[in-house]
Amino acid sequence: MSIETISLSGRKKLVSNKEMTFLERLYLVAIVKGLFITIKHFFKKKATIHYPEQVREMSPVYRGQHMLKRDEQGRENCTACGLCALSCPAEAITMKAAERTADEKHLYREEKYASIYEINMLRCIFCGLCEEACPKDAIYLTTSKVLVPSSYEREDFIFGKDRLVMPLEMALKNTQLNNAN
Amino acid sequence: MVDGAFIIEKSVVIVVVFAVTMIMAMYSTWAERKVAAFLQDRVGPNRAGWGGLLQPLADGLKLFSKEEFFPNTPNKFLFVVGPAIAMSTALMTSAVIPWGDRLHLFGRDILLQATDINIGLLYFFGVVSVGVYGIMIGGWASNNKFSLMGAVRAASQMVSYEVAMGLSMIALLMMTGTLSLKEISEQQAEWHWNILYQPLSFLIFLICAFAETNRTPFDLAECESELIGGYHTEYSSMKMGFYLFAEYANMFISATIISVLFFGGYNYPGMQWMVENVGVNTANLLGIGVLFVKICFFIFFYMWVRWTIPRFRYDQLMHLGWRILIPLSIANIIVTGIVILRHDIAVYFGF
Repeated sequence: MSIETISLSGRKKLVSNKEMTFLERLYLVAIVKGLFITIKHFFKKKATIHYPEQVREMSPVYRGQHMLKRDEQGRENCTACGLCALSCPAEAITMKAAERTADEKHLYREEKYASIYEINMLRCIFCGLCEEACPKDAIYLTTSKVLVPSSYEREDFIFGKDRLVMPLEMALKNTQLNNAN
Repeated sequence: MVDGAFIIEKSVVIVVVFAVTMIMAMYSTWAERKVAAFLQDRVGPNRAGWGGLLQPLADGLKLFSKEEFFPNTPNKFLFVVGPAIAMSTALMTSAVIPWGDRLHLFGRDILLQATDINIGLLYFFGVVSVGVYGIMIGGWASNNKFSLMGAVRAASQMVSYEVAMGLSMIALLMMTGTLSLKEISEQQAEWHWNILYQPLSFLIFLICAFAETNRTPFDLAECESELIGGYHTEYSSMKMGFYLFAEYANMFISATIISVLFFGGYNYPGMQWMVENVGVNTANLLGIGVLFVKICFFIFFYMWVRWTIPRFRYDQLMHLGWRILIPLSIANIIVTGIVILRHDIAVYFGF
C-alpha cells in the first residue's frame, strides 16, 4: 500500500482538479443547494439557552462558589487548621482562629473554630485544592452550585463567613434526607 | 380637474405609502436579525417586546441619542448631504408603485397608487441610479480612505449592474409595450405573470437587484472584513441610521419592483371572480395582501441569500456583470424579438 492511499481515519477524500462542466460553472445549482441547506437550519431546534429564565444544568463536579459545611447537627465543621490557606496556590484564603466557649457547643463541632474566614474571589482560581486539603470535610466547591456573582467594588469580592457558611436550613434538610434514607 | 377631494385622496395615499415604507424598512431590520439568527441556529433579539418586536424602536432611539460626530473633513455640507440623498431616493421610488387596483369608497374610485405616470419604470431606474450619489458623496466627504474605497466600489458596481438591469428590462418591455407600472400589473391579470414568459430576464434582474441594493453577495461597498464599514465608516448617530435605513428601504422597494414586474403585483388567480362575486373592496384588499406576501417573500429571500453565499471578489463581480449578464441579456432581447415577430419573419421568408 502506497502512502497516498493510506487513510487512518477512513474519511480521506481525494481532491480532484478536473475542469468544471458548463452547468457547474453556472454555480446556480450549487447556490440552490446552498439555499436548501441554510433553510434547513431555519427550522432546526435552536441551541440557545435563554439565560436568566433557563439555567444550564451544572455537572455534579462543577467547582463554583465555596461553601463551608455544617454537620448533621448544624454545627460548623471548620476547625481553622489553616491547611486550605496553606494549600491555596493563589493565596486567596485567610482566617483567624478562636476557642469555643461552653455555650457555643451547638455552633461549632471542634474546640477551635474560625472566627474570621475570608476568601478573595478575585484571587481564587477555583482549582479545588482547598477542598482536597481539608481534613474536616469543611470546605466544598461542588455543593453550592452557584457562580460567584459580579460586582462593582473590589472589596465586595472578599467573601466572609456570612456568605460562605452553609445555611442552617440546608444542613437540617440534609439531615432529614439522610435520616429518611 | 384638480378638486379638493382629489388632493385629499392623493395626500392620504401618499402618507399611507410613506408610512408603510418606513414601517417595512423598520421591521426589515428586525426581520434581518431574526432571520440571520434562525439560519445560524440562534434565537435573535427577543427581549424588547414580544419576540423582540420593539427592537427597531429601541435601535432608533439609541441612534438618536448617540453623539453626532464629524470627522476632520473639509466639506461638512457634503457630509450631511450624503445620507440625505440616500434616504430621499430610497423613499421617492415608492411613488410610482401600484399597491392595488382600486378601492371604491365614499362614492369614488380611489387608485391605490401615489401617481400613475406613463414612464414609471424609467422614473424608478432614474431615482435608483441617483441613489449611488448618496453613497459616493458620503464616502468622498468622509475624508477617509476606507470610505472612499467603499464609495468607489459602490459606484463602479452600480454603473456595471445598471447596464445589465436595464437591458434585462428591455426584453420585458418589448413584451409589455409600456413603461407604466400600473399597466404592467394589469397585463399580468390572474396568473399571466411575466416570470412565466421571461424567466431569464427575471434571473438577470434579480441578480442586478442584489447588486443595486448593495446586499450580499454584492456588498463590497461596506464589507466589514476589508473596509471596516465602507462608505459609512465615519458616520454616527442618525446619519448612520439614515444610511442603514435607506438600505432597508431600498430592499423593500426592489422587492416590490420584482413582485410587480414579474410576479403579477397585486394580481392573484381568481381576482376577477372575486371582484364580480364578493365586491371590489374585498377583492382589492386581498390583492394588497397578496402583494405584501410576495414582497415579504422577496425580502426574506434577500436575507436568506445573505447567509448562504459569501461575498464576491472584485474581479469576479466585474466578470459576472460585464462578461456574463450583459451578453446574456442582449441574447435575451434578440430571442424575445424573434418570438414576438415570428409571424412577420415567417411571412418575410415566405412560409
